Amino acid sequence: MLVDRINALARRVPVWSVWLVLLAPAVWTFWLGLTGGLGAEPIKALERELGEVALQLLVLGLCITPLRRFLGLNLIRFRRAIGLLAFTYVGLHLLVWLVLDVQIPAQIWADIVKRPYVTVGFTAFLLMIPLALTSNDWSLRRLGPRWRQLHKLTYGVAVLGAVHFIWLSKGFQIEPLIYLAMILGLLALRWRASRRVQRA
Amino acid sequence: MANRWTNTLTERDVTPEGVYLNRRQMIAGAAGLGLIGGAGGAQAQDDALEPNSWEDITSYNNYYEFGTDKGDPARYADALTIEPWSVRIDGLVDKPGDYAFDEIMAKMTVEERLYRFRCVEAWSMVVPWNGFELADLLEMAGVQSGAKYVAFETVLRPDEMRGVAYPVLDWPYVEGLRLDEAMHPLTIMATGIYGRDIPNQNGAPLRLIVPWKYGFKSIKSVVRITLTDVEPPTSWNKANAREYGFYSNVNPEVDHPRWSQATERRIGGGLFSPRIPTQMFNGYGDEVAGLYEGMDLTQKF
Repeated sequence: MLVDRINALARRVPVWSVWLVLLAPAVWTFWLGLTGGLGAEPIKALERELGEVALQLLVLGLCITPLRRFLGLNLIRFRRAIGLLAFTYVGLHLLVWLVLDVQIPAQIWADIVKRPYVTVGFTAFLLMIPLALTSNDWSLRRLGPRWRQLHKLTYGVAVLGAVHFIWLSKGFQIEPLIYLAMILGLLALRWRASRRVQRA
Repeated sequence: MANRWTNTLTERDVTPEGVYLNRRQMIAGAAGLGLIGGAGGAQAQDDALEPNSWEDITSYNNYYEFGTDKGDPARYADALTIEPWSVRIDGLVDKPGDYAFDEIMAKMTVEERLYRFRCVEAWSMVVPWNGFELADLLEMAGVQSGAKYVAFETVLRPDEMRGVAYPVLDWPYVEGLRLDEAMHPLTIMATGIYGRDIPNQNGAPLRLIVPWKYGFKSIKSVVRITLTDVEPPTSWNKANAREYGFYSNVNPEVDHPRWSQATERRIGGGLFSPRIPTQMFNGYGDEVAGLYEGMDLTQKF
């Protein structure tokens, strides 16, 4: 069966190759920015690309459980790497915003406090820190069942990320709403599944 | 009566495009090596106006009728038919009617105006426009004494404008000015850039330019101009009145609710482009501050 073949293949793919493949867009986009390949305003283009890949990785991370539950596809061994990559992209996105975009230290803090879309995005980043710090074998063993509880913070992070995207857009734009819909849909699948377990 | 206003810099000061491009590549290279620029914070506004390249001006646009990405207008605006074109001038005018573009151009005096252009999104450019004074066009139609405002409308062609399939704004795009703002010698209808016909993505065949206001006031591809006695509705104000007022004068002291307007980034500086301070009325305070005497600009933003 196709699913079994994919699962067999996935077992042979080393986790570091996921890192290599998924970090490539960051390196490539930065290179394009340096060499004029991102158009007339490369700072915003780079910032936006990093933010969007972060959001895509969060969505991908949320897909792992439903893929296993509904299709029997087991990609769980890549999930922590995907989460850490999402954190890396959010960090780079934040760094570009701080250093290249806003530039003025006094204004950075003012923006975080005064601008709701920045507050929301920054909160999501802060919530990811404990998740990133515990995405290792030692923490997983050490925290036991509490690890899974803690990592449900991802749900909040993803929703905040999508809200951040919607809030910074001008006018009524479809793309950020699609991200929120996907994330809420993936969360709804979990909610239904957990209700079924409770009733059984 | 054209030529009511002249640049402090003359046409001869406009750097030839080729020279400018070369110079920019040198700067980009140096910045890449970390020699200049960097995150040094806001730097003093350079008073010598260096126009942006043709490439910058025509590739980085907000024209949501063709899509919300900055590159969408350059990609898709070719679909817009600009010949024939006419502008309906109506309302409180002596000679209402449909004025053909060629007929207008035959009567107007086209000048070069090198203006700063400040977007509400806190980026800016310097553009060598070619155009005529709006006052001349309005005088041609004969403004009646009761007129207090001028309303503008952008063409709306769903077959040619792929972006209007989405309700990003309430189409067609509309804008407005107070009559004294419209008659001000800085206010022009632009029909060219760098001496060439204005490209579709920049608002062909003619668009408003009000250099002391945020860019969205400078409505593109105008098909209708109406003189009225009431303040006309404007698109961004309709979409979000808390964020976009009728006046929308460039003002570093009145922030957009979602971001600061104190500084801006000049397009074309590459990945390490510094922020520069935004000037009151985009640097045209000497010419236009008098229009707003006694007004509270934090209320009438």
